[in-house]
Amino acid sequence: MNTTTADHDMEGRSALSKLWTNREARSVILQILTMAALIGFFAFILTNAVANLAAVGKTFSYDFLGEPASYDINQSLIDYTSRDTHLRAGVVGLLNTGLVAICGIVLATVLGFILGVLRLSPNFLLNKISYVFIEFTRNVPVLLHILLIHGIIVHALPHPKVASTEYNLADLFFLSNRGVFAPKPLMEPLFWATIIAFVVGVGFTIWFRRHAKKVQDETGKIYPVFWISVAAIIGLPVIVFFITGAPINWDVPEFQRFNFKGGMVVLPEFMALWLALSLYTAAFIGEIVRAGILSVSHGQWEAAGALGIRRGRILNLVIIPQALRVIIPPLTSQYLNLTKNSSLAIAIGYMDIVATLGGISLMQTGKEMETMILVIAVYLVISLMISAFMNWYNKRIKLVER
Amino acid sequence: MKKTAFISAAAAAVMAFGATAASAATLDDVKARGELRCVVSTGLAGFAYTDSAGVYQGFDADFCRATAAAVLGDASKVKFVPATGKTRFTILNSGEGDVLWRNTTWTFVRDVDVKLTFVGVNYYDGQGFMVPKSLGVKSAKDLDGATVCIQTGTTTELNLADFFRTNKIKYEPVPIETNDESRTNYLAGRCDVYTTDASGLAATRSTFPNPKDHVILPEIISKEPLGPAVRQGDDAWGDTIRWVLNATLAAEELGITQANVAELAKGTNNPEINRMLGTEGDLGAMLGLQKDWVVKVISAVGNYSEIFERHIGPSTPIALERGLNALWTQGGLQYTPPFR
Repeated sequence: MNTTTADHDMEGRSALSKLWTNREARSVILQILTMAALIGFFAFILTNAVANLAAVGKTFSYDFLGEPASYDINQSLIDYTSRDTHLRAGVVGLLNTGLVAICGIVLATVLGFILGVLRLSPNFLLNKISYVFIEFTRNVPVLLHILLIHGIIVHALPHPKVASTEYNLADLFFLSNRGVFAPKPLMEPLFWATIIAFVVGVGFTIWFRRHAKKVQDETGKIYPVFWISVAAIIGLPVIVFFITGAPINWDVPEFQRFNFKGGMVVLPEFMALWLALSLYTAAFIGEIVRAGILSVSHGQWEAAGALGIRRGRILNLVIIPQALRVIIPPLTSQYLNLTKNSSLAIAIGYMDIVATLGGISLMQTGKEMETMILVIAVYLVISLMISAFMNWYNKRIKLVER
Repeated sequence: MKKTAFISAAAAAVMAFGATAASAATLDDVKARGELRCVVSTGLAGFAYTDSAGVYQGFDADFCRATAAAVLGDASKVKFVPATGKTRFTILNSGEGDVLWRNTTWTFVRDVDVKLTFVGVNYYDGQGFMVPKSLGVKSAKDLDGATVCIQTGTTTELNLADFFRTNKIKYEPVPIETNDESRTNYLAGRCDVYTTDASGLAATRSTFPNPKDHVILPEIISKEPLGPAVRQGDDAWGDTIRWVLNATLAAEELGITQANVAELAKGTNNPEINRMLGTEGDLGAMLGLQKDWVVKVISAVGNYSEIFERHIGPSTPIALERGLNALWTQGGLQYTPPFR
């Protein structure tokens, strides 16, 4: 009897240890264990949260989204009043997040490419200026940049009253500590002609670029594609605009008792956040661009030069396409960082989604869990969308192997 | 520096991870811990602010001390938990604080839906507007087109929206997190108007370089009964806080002061004083406190009038009149049920 049990034990043990020494089996076991631990962890959080909410007598519900928000928002891309719902206030915040993220990405990319190219410039002064700028900007936390720029705008720029007489440009543009005021265009019906001309211009350009490429492939003849594109996209609408009699009116800001009235305004909070995020991210992008260009071996320059191609075209046709392959992946993460850093808006009162839905709505309704989950989900979706777009672009420009 | 978002997120996280936060017997928890966690403002002159030695002082801070004196017998056993307008309820509900003595307006939604229990009013207030004198504004209805600094996440934010909407005038809100930042932005001219509770305006104005250059407009656009709050569902703890506040009011009414409380505690021929100070009956034990809890409270911070005069009364830079906060016997609203 005893011996049999011992045998069984021996067999059992060896079977188990065999399973453990088998690489595939071991990996499966580990994965199952990890999954179980993860599921257990999240189940614990969920039940605990539900229990805690129940303990303080709170229910988990998103019904509050349909209630009137009752607070005002100073910057909104869509119509919004305090009688609109919390959901709409959240959308206003989301659009504000989107606005600062998109403006920030555009400016950061432009500045970043300029910085990156300057860093490689043989000109000592340009090179060092961009070096110092990059090192200063990227080594100071972005929150400090935001507070610094906001502080400069609010404390150093003049009150609108002073701005209306001293800090203005042709009585049209005003620079004050309540923002930059500019005339607002009011379109008349005939302005549609200009918009149509613009669309036609863009359409023509797309067709013309294809055509030019085809002609170049077949005959080697090179059209001045850039200048013809500019003429079609900008020149044509401008001509139509004046032919139709400049059908646009300007609502010019005018100083009244407290502040400017009319026109458009860029609020100090937006400016501070936009500039700070752009400068900070541009410093990183500058280094990424420099790394990308340096990653293309010098032989490429020489080979292209030996074929008699001009420097500008070498850069355009040989170097940049190859450099982009190195630049795009880290650039994606910079875009993501910029978007997520925009939530620091809360430090200066820019009404992004964290300030509206995750801030005032949270406070006025007491729904911490619900609003926080929603805000987190929104950032997740935005980030995944940016990521998906950049992956698509990366795939498009990657080396086509023959 | 601003950490609201992080605190909100952290509070949500506490909800998720923390051990069941709101244990029913806060009184026992506080006694076991030997320390009261008292939620106060991040900084409001006269009400709750840190002095040059880094110690919390002020009207609300003294009510925290009174609570600690009553519960623990020692007014110094307070841990002040500073909270912004946005974080205060989360901090209380997640159990990081035991009681809110923080200029908080008692409203229906907060009492019922945010799951708090308001146990009294230690300051009857209303929302007002402050503007620089140089603007020549005489009434809040002249403010069409003005830029207004508000503390975000407060009832004032909602009152403001309603006031301007119903009067059909336009304004630009500048949402700001704390009173200190509102002050900075207002003084820098980022906004024309600062609005908050009238007491807060007076307190803030007292810290300006030239307080006389600013006026508080006559309109009071809301009722702001400011009072202590606790988590809903802990009635015993709510009773404790309510009667600490009532004790300071009753003490004023009965003429018990910081100076004479020790003398009176030896026994008087006024039975109500005797009951309060523990020489007659056993009111303390009914609350689960020591017999001499009121003696501890009054000798630590004084009666309501003494607390008021010391921090925000006419002789201080804040210079608030008693007004609505006078005792009912003097035409005010402060009224305590009897100690019986």
